[in-house]
Amino acid sequence: MRFRPAGPSALLVEVDSLPRVRALHARIERERACGWAPGLVDVIAAARTVLLDGVTDQDALASEIRSWSVPPHPEASGQVVEIACRYDGPDLGEVARQWGVPPERVAAVHSGLAHEVAFCGFAPGFPYIAGLGGGREVSRRDRPRAAVPAGSVALGDEYTGIYPRTSPGGWQIIGHTDAVMWDPDRDPAALLRPGDQVRFVNVMP
Amino acid sequence: MTAGSDRVIRVRRAGALTTVQDCGRPGYAHLGVPRSGALDAPAHHLANRLVGNPPAAAVLETTLTGVAITAECDVIAAVTGAAAAVRIDGQAARFGAATELRRGQLLEVRSATSGVRNYLAFSGGMAVPRVLGSASADLLSGLGPARLADGDVLRLGPPDGTDGRDGCALGELPDIAVPARPVAASSSDGATGPVQLVIHLGPRFDWLLGPGLAGLEDGQWTVSPDSNRVALRLAGQPLRRRRGELASEGLVSGAIQALPDGHLVLFLADHPTTGGYPVIAVVDPACLPACAQARPGSKISFRIASGRN
Repeated sequence: MRFRPAGPSALLVEVDSLPRVRALHARIERERACGWAPGLVDVIAAARTVLLDGVTDQDALASEIRSWSVPPHPEASGQVVEIACRYDGPDLGEVARQWGVPPERVAAVHSGLAHEVAFCGFAPGFPYIAGLGGGREVSRRDRPRAAVPAGSVALGDEYTGIYPRTSPGGWQIIGHTDAVMWDPDRDPAALLRPGDQVRFVNVMP
Repeated sequence: MTAGSDRVIRVRRAGALTTVQDCGRPGYAHLGVPRSGALDAPAHHLANRLVGNPPAAAVLETTLTGVAITAECDVIAAVTGAAAAVRIDGQAARFGAATELRRGQLLEVRSATSGVRNYLAFSGGMAVPRVLGSASADLLSGLGPARLADGDVLRLGPPDGTDGRDGCALGELPDIAVPARPVAASSSDGATGPVQLVIHLGPRFDWLLGPGLAGLEDGQWTVSPDSNRVALRLAGQPLRRRRGELASEGLVSGAIQALPDGHLVLFLADHPTTGGYPVIAVVDPACLPACAQARPGSKISFRIASGRN
């Protein structure tokens, strides 16, 4: 674990793998629920880091976190959410090529993997859903699309993402869902949150 | 009909970009929601205090060219932030002071002569629907109310209302004795030299080659015209940095990224919650209002904070 100051009042904690990020993040959230580090305003888990924003004493917080025993693999902590997906995306062929399977197998492979929301970012409610490790990582498109429709289910690196609203994007689109990823009038506004287990269910177009 | 429903103002000239802002949406970054909120927080708080609002009440934030509104009710108003002429029905009115607007009167904020953003507070505050607890327009993700357009009618809260009494970091309040003067931070004419920003170590300061962070102190940067509420984009002598890529990681306000072409991006309130370019330094929070008021074309220099960071 490495600790990097991010200005005077934030600390970036860097670890070696996404499972370690998820384990550390789970521990931080458990501690926060018990009143730990009350000055923290935002905790942002990402691919290899957890950012703690709102830190009064960086050294003290770092040595406290260093003293924790954090298991290398986190226990599943979040809710299980099913996402009904029509595997009809324009990049099915490209993903099939990268995976070395026929295009009609992409749906079965993708929906058969265990997925978990690692973090959110890019846009409100956009989940980075981990699950493509172990050789299923996907390269992005050479040229991003100017407009990826809302509800697109797309792959990039080791993640599946779902676009909450139409936005530019460079990920490979394999399907679409009618699930509302983000609704500010709903509580919680984001359908998927870090730690949630995601089951993609193949529904015919 | 509620008691406050006839308390409205009408937008006569929306200006280049005028939005409703309060203290933003802290605490939702893990869902990808930007912090947002007034860029010049002390000017926001001061405007509210002048009209008797809680400091966190929602105000109007202008950009370079001011705004003009008519009051459709009697209301107390105040203008703070960038240096700009204030007119009521064409007559010079005081900047940085509480002013009584009578129903039908026209309040104009002319183009800023230095600085970028003015803050207009009205007694009762802007009554717009809250999204995740905030009235702020977030221009990156589209949360909150739309930017103002000519002809818009905007509701105000009741003058004795409780809007905005909580949720704001009171630590950011200027000292009570701070005079209501225009910002001095900006120097668009260059007469007062570059705006100096105090910086701290960023998490990826070690991506800089050669003199490292000290190279930032030696250079001078120019604020690019494509700067906005998301970020100041700074052009200058390119810094040499390590090649390669970084997995996206969380960003704080004031984070300075070094782009592959050597330019700098300095993130303001509407910044994305994560980013993949290395953050080499972070602007001291006390300097963020100066960033908010730095005009395109103005010069920026950096000084590394003394002490550990």
